[in-house]
Amino acid sequence: MSHLTQAEISEQVKIIFDDIFNRTEPLKKKEQLKIPPQMMPAQDENIRRHNLDEVAVGYSVEQARVEAMRCIQCAKPSCIADCPVEINIPGFILSIAENDFQNAIDIIKETSLLPSICGRVCPQETQCQISCATGLFNKDVDKAVAIGRLERFVADWEREQGTIVPPEVKPETGKKVAIVGSGPAGLVVAADVRREGHEVTVFEAFHKLGGVMRYGIPEFRLPNSIIDQEVSTLEKMGVKFQKNYVVGRTRKLLDLMKKDNFDSIFIGTGAGLPMFMGIEGENLVGVFSANEYLTRANLMKAYDEEHSDTPFYHSKNVAVLGGGNVAMDSARMAVRLGAENVYVVYRRTEKEMPARVEEVAHAKEEGIQFLFLQNAKSIKGNEKGRVTGMECLRYELGEPDDSGRRRPVVIEGSEFMLELDTVIVAIGNGSNPLVSQTTPELVVNKWGNLIVDEKMKTSVDGVYAGGDIVLGAATVILAMGEGRKAAAAINEFLINSN
Amino acid sequence: MAKILHKEKLSADVYLMRVHAPLIVEERKAGQFIILQTDEEYGERIPLTIADASEEDDSITLIFQVVGKTTTELSRFNVGDDLPVLVGPLGLPTHIKNFGKVVCVGGGIGVAPLHPIAHALKAAGNEVTTIIGARNKELIILEKEMETIADKLIICTDDGSYGRKALVTEPLEELCKDEATKPDMVIAIGPPIMMKFCSLTTKPYNVFTQVSLNTIMVDGTGMCGGCRVNVGDEVKFVCVEGPEFDGHLVDFDNMMARLSSYKGIEEEAAHKCYVDKEFEAKVEETK
Repeated sequence: MSHLTQAEISEQVKIIFDDIFNRTEPLKKKEQLKIPPQMMPAQDENIRRHNLDEVAVGYSVEQARVEAMRCIQCAKPSCIADCPVEINIPGFILSIAENDFQNAIDIIKETSLLPSICGRVCPQETQCQISCATGLFNKDVDKAVAIGRLERFVADWEREQGTIVPPEVKPETGKKVAIVGSGPAGLVVAADVRREGHEVTVFEAFHKLGGVMRYGIPEFRLPNSIIDQEVSTLEKMGVKFQKNYVVGRTRKLLDLMKKDNFDSIFIGTGAGLPMFMGIEGENLVGVFSANEYLTRANLMKAYDEEHSDTPFYHSKNVAVLGGGNVAMDSARMAVRLGAENVYVVYRRTEKEMPARVEEVAHAKEEGIQFLFLQNAKSIKGNEKGRVTGMECLRYELGEPDDSGRRRPVVIEGSEFMLELDTVIVAIGNGSNPLVSQTTPELVVNKWGNLIVDEKMKTSVDGVYAGGDIVLGAATVILAMGEGRKAAAAINEFLINSN
Repeated sequence: MAKILHKEKLSADVYLMRVHAPLIVEERKAGQFIILQTDEEYGERIPLTIADASEEDDSITLIFQVVGKTTTELSRFNVGDDLPVLVGPLGLPTHIKNFGKVVCVGGGIGVAPLHPIAHALKAAGNEVTTIIGARNKELIILEKEMETIADKLIICTDDGSYGRKALVTEPLEELCKDEATKPDMVIAIGPPIMMKFCSLTTKPYNVFTQVSLNTIMVDGTGMCGGCRVNVGDEVKFVCVEGPEFDGHLVDFDNMMARLSSYKGIEEEAAHKCYVDKEFEAKVEETK
């Protein structure tokens, strides 16, 4: 990926912009398809290694309108079908091209409630952008219309205008809905259920709202101010938030109905159960779950050493195990917390990495070293029980496995040592068992995920669930998609119940 | 927000606070803990065991020793102030049943979490012997409260300024040795090194021994894994699977190393648990 400065990008786009929008004849489709994709301007890597500010700074108006012109307004747009919440993508993009940003955001909000978040963290390259005609024409999914960047552009535009109007709320119905967890699924359900006039209370275990968007995804990818904005819109709609409240402990789940008279409950407690490798040395001092590492830095603000009481581990040489977005976030956070060498150790190749291409590219720019086809065998420590290194094994790719990816096979005798003081385990999360363990009435599968029917209803009447607690660790947008489905079912349930 | 209703200094650096927390009062059972922060923006999350609860004024009792930044901040809160973050009850309650003869061992500030457990064990019909230990007389807390619960109360101080001049392991071993007093269950709560040596003391006599671990935690709901400990062949999360475990299976050395995760190298050299060293030295001496 070639890399241009922000100034270079804005110079280039000006020429294209003038060419496109000063014509008398409209562009032909073929010409549209040949408009160069607009790069996302980003903070310089040498600067951003030392701050937590957002890396991707967002499109300018010119860039957004030029990028929007790359959409050829397909008659049968596959992007809508590929979006978990079926946003009218060509519709909002046309409005951007026509310089009507208000209309663009209004179209998005017909189906999506948190566009400034989705525009930033959705994996568009595997969803809406995967079958984009522009991308197919250019034979590269990375050259598809940058739907996510455009979504973010209009959402940010609206926020900067200061004109966000909270969705209309119908007259009070007197029905009460409890939402467990204030992550992406919970917030979406809160909005959709509140719109129908039901009283909504969101319960959150932490002292800050947003769930994984707050404790997990770092500021440099999703600024807290964006989450605050979305929460404040919900508050204006009359949604109540009860922080520092662990459902299952502070109150048993079903007591919310029995004692507190909630008519329905939505469980969106997420995938907060860190997996470990199960290898020797994993409990040494200096080995962290990605959840702990990121929560200290993000939610507890440990990066702000001057003010925060929460310490972080001062590292020189860090290995992150795993190849997903959480691994990228952890590695990039380690750089920002002052580590000198940060390795991502992944047992397959770059091609199989589940992380978003953009995150991997950003990580590389920031100096993170990728050790592909390698994996940890054991972690070594000193007499004080602190990490000193990691014994690794090399792998080669064998036959494809169930996931269709070629299975990595150990090369016997390939052991080697990596000198380290810190290991961050980012190999995934299971479902947080707290609610299911304290609510025997709920039926779970062998992975601990709540079992729901096609309307997201659990085994208990009136109790619905969605997001990672049902899916296992997935994405923000899938959680939102499930939330919308659950909210519709809850609204239907409340109309029919008396 | 949780209002502080009462504050009392129990000894030089130990405080008792009663905090208004009606929901926690309603749900809590002996052995459970809370997590608090003294500042919502920048405070650290620390776990504290619930020492007592009163339905009269919907309050829980917290007893803490000033050992670091957060406990120092907490000691500056006064009656009428609001604690910005208080969440609980967390962890699993103590398994309470009639074991027969039980010995409750509390070291220093550990007597605070031990108190409700001793109370519940007594109420379940157990014959309760309580051993309280501290460095000196000044640091003995909740003596009266324990006296009213226990069938027998033994007080030990390291310097002999009160009760027996002994470590808690001494009377514990005596009780184990004598068939007439051999406990059916021991629960030990105090500094990790004390719990380690209590477990080592009872092991040869095959007396089931529970310990309550106070590890580093962030969320307290099983999400971060910072509190993990080796228990036998398994890795357990103290926050959701504990805080109580079989003392004979806990890897105390790893747990203590993990507790000092964030102590700087220099600080560690200077500080590295003078308490631990003293304790270990004394255990050696008494052997």
